[in-house]
Amino acid sequence: MDQSPVRALNFSHGSVMTETPPSFVPPPDEAANRPGPETRPVFCAIAWLAQAGQSGPCFTGGYALPASKPRVGLLVTCLVDLFRPSIGFAAVHLLEEAGCEVIVPAQTCCGQPAYNSGDRADAKSLALQVMQSFASCDYVVAPSGSCGGMLAKHYPDLFADEPDLHATAIAFGAKCHELVSFLTDVMKITRVDAHYPHTVTYHDSCSGLRELGIEAQPRQLLNSVQGLTLVELAQADVCCGFGGTFAVKYGEISDAIVTHKVAQASQAQAEVLLAGDLGCLMNMAGKLARQGSAMEVRHIAEVLAGMTQAPAIAAAPERAR
Amino acid sequence: MSLHSTTPQFKDNAHHALHDAQLQKALGNVRNNFVERRASAAARLPEFDALRDSARAIKDHVLAHLDLYLERYEAQVVAQGGKVHFARSAQEACDEIVAICKAHGAKSVTKGKSMVSEEIGLNAAIEAAGMEAVETDLGEYIIQLRGETPSHIIAPAVHLNKEQVEEDFRRVHTHLPIDRDLTQPETLLSEARGILRAKFLGADIGITGANFLVAETGSSIIVTNEGNGDLTQILPRVHIVVASLEKIVPTLDDAAQIMRVLARSATGQDMTVYSTISTGPRRPGDVDGPEHYHVVLVDNGRSRMIGSEFEEMLRCIRCGACMNHCPVYHAVGGHAYGWVYPGPMGAVLTPSLIGVEEGGQLPNASTFCGRCESVCPVHIPLPKLMRHWREREFERHLNPALQRYGLRLWAFIARHELVYRLLTAIAMPILAWLGRKSGRFSHLPLAGGWTQYRDMPAPQGKTFQEQWRAKGGRCS
Ligand code: SF4
Repeated sequence: MDQSPVRALNFSHGSVMTETPPSFVPPPDEAANRPGPETRPVFCAIAWLAQAGQSGPCFTGGYALPASKPRVGLLVTCLVDLFRPSIGFAAVHLLEEAGCEVIVPAQTCCGQPAYNSGDRADAKSLALQVMQSFASCDYVVAPSGSCGGMLAKHYPDLFADEPDLHATAIAFGAKCHELVSFLTDVMKITRVDAHYPHTVTYHDSCSGLRELGIEAQPRQLLNSVQGLTLVELAQADVCCGFGGTFAVKYGEISDAIVTHKVAQASQAQAEVLLAGDLGCLMNMAGKLARQGSAMEVRHIAEVLAGMTQAPAIAAAPERAR
Repeated sequence: MSLHSTTPQFKDNAHHALHDAQLQKALGNVRNNFVERRASAAARLPEFDALRDSARAIKDHVLAHLDLYLERYEAQVVAQGGKVHFARSAQEACDEIVAICKAHGAKSVTKGKSMVSEEIGLNAAIEAAGMEAVETDLGEYIIQLRGETPSHIIAPAVHLNKEQVEEDFRRVHTHLPIDRDLTQPETLLSEARGILRAKFLGADIGITGANFLVAETGSSIIVTNEGNGDLTQILPRVHIVVASLEKIVPTLDDAAQIMRVLARSATGQDMTVYSTISTGPRRPGDVDGPEHYHVVLVDNGRSRMIGSEFEEMLRCIRCGACMNHCPVYHAVGGHAYGWVYPGPMGAVLTPSLIGVEEGGQLPNASTFCGRCESVCPVHIPLPKLMRHWREREFERHLNPALQRYGLRLWAFIARHELVYRLLTAIAMPILAWLGRKSGRFSHLPLAGGWTQYRDMPAPQGKTFQEQWRAKGGRCS
């Protein structure tokens, strides 16, 4: 293989094995040593120097430095923490497979309910709390577009009138990501090692779609799951009617919206309905369950991680798929 | 004089709307047709997004220099032989218009479609003064027959089907043969045309709104698809333009720029069928046109918005795209909002114009899905502005006490990690145990707003964080 240091330095991401596309399925020892994106070019150059004279790709191990892995703080989100920890473990698995070091700082709520209910003071103190807990992380990743958007886009808004904190919030926001888009856009993952022989459809949760531009990424990774067939949901970009406290304050309107949404999901002829936000999922799953539907509802991370042992959302244990 | 609102009863209104089968069917058209048409119009024009940016820039520029452009506009109208009246409130606007009508000895007034005239309650004022006011836009004509208000800012009768219109026409047009065919949209239209033609010819005064007021020339511009606006403003002796302050644009070029995004955002047309510019009264040698030209500029709370966090709302060009894309509007329709302006733009504008005490339900009745903002041609951050209203309500303790306490309690728990840890370590396993058989709850104390309509998924058991720590996962 003809490699010069200059050439190695020019790789912005992925393996220096150019003939192999960046992949999510390196053998476990490689996955563990996979360098992080920020340090990768330099790191590969060091690796190249270390391996000078040897033949073969430089990615075959033996040169891991502790600093090479991005340190990812998992903001598990309060809904996942309380209702569905299996999503959190799926997220950890995906992040570790992508070569991240995952930490879970003590956490509660990102402040979104307070923020969206007009309680700015509480939203601010919760935002400060989160920024402090995750200060040491290279990235903050949440298995939720809504919480990811809160950190990335709305924390800066919250402190717009306080120059110092505003700058801190902007810098903090820049390292916050939603899980799936973090895997594809930052870690440059193009496929996952999972098997799920089912027909699924995907609902674009609003904040992820419109605040963070998450649309192609989940579809790309879902299409790499072995055995999985993805069918598109009509009007997948329309809200499911959750809207946080809206679902309770305006239950009847929320119900009309989710009824329409699950009708379309049923028309999609899929066995499983996926999305990236547990709030939306609980709303849709709760409605489908009330209607006696057999459709399963899961978080996309569970499928991408190949961790679908837990019963689907709102499903009885024996319905585990 | 401004229109009475039922906005505080938004939930009841919504309840009725959700159980109105005919309305629900009509709303299906909004959900599908408007959305598709806008999307394809936008896709056909490569520079659509660039035009949106420039439309926003034009409106922002005007708002920053509104006094200058208003003065310039007034001077130009006067130079063309017209007159400008500034009305601070709905009442003043109505009084001014009624006074003009009376001064000309008017008996009959025709009207083009105008949302601000709905806002100020103009028809009622004209009728109270003993004159007839006839709406000439087909949709407006229909709802006038029904004694209703518009349910949509560009499609006022979108909540109706043609059978209902047929019924209304047969009820009101009693001088026409009973056996005429009114089953097709075309036959309905020609009947309305026949009736309205006589009204156009007999009217003393024509009142139109304005999509744009051009400071450069003193012109007002309306865009319509029926041509009724032209007949309204050309045939009578007096033309009155009633418009709100923020309709001003600097030049004809600016108006043309914004028109390119307006029709595409509204109906998905590249251009509306008629774009009519009127500049002052008839001049010597003109073949037609009114003898007198008045402009009534309505403030009615808008100048208060300038410099406030709601200023951006004044960029609105009333295209209706936000409501066409709104899941809440799709569910309940326009009348549920209870005042003049429905949908996301109404949710911001209504509390601005009639007060948050009266209009406060509307900015709360949103999922913040952001679809409105994503299609707004002038990039108004509608969810953000609704959130500002929620902040004002929260500060002033206007929202229900139970909600406030619930929120503050959750915030308290969330601010004390140990409390959170302790409470959830107890609560989640219990809930999981209670829901272990079916994996969900069909009733749950304190969550009735949820479980009345859908099941609540049961938690899995121990919290993620508890399990993580038990496994020796890293926390720092
Ligand atoms: S807020 Fe925007 S989308 Fe809604 S009517 Fe106004 S300009 Fe159109």
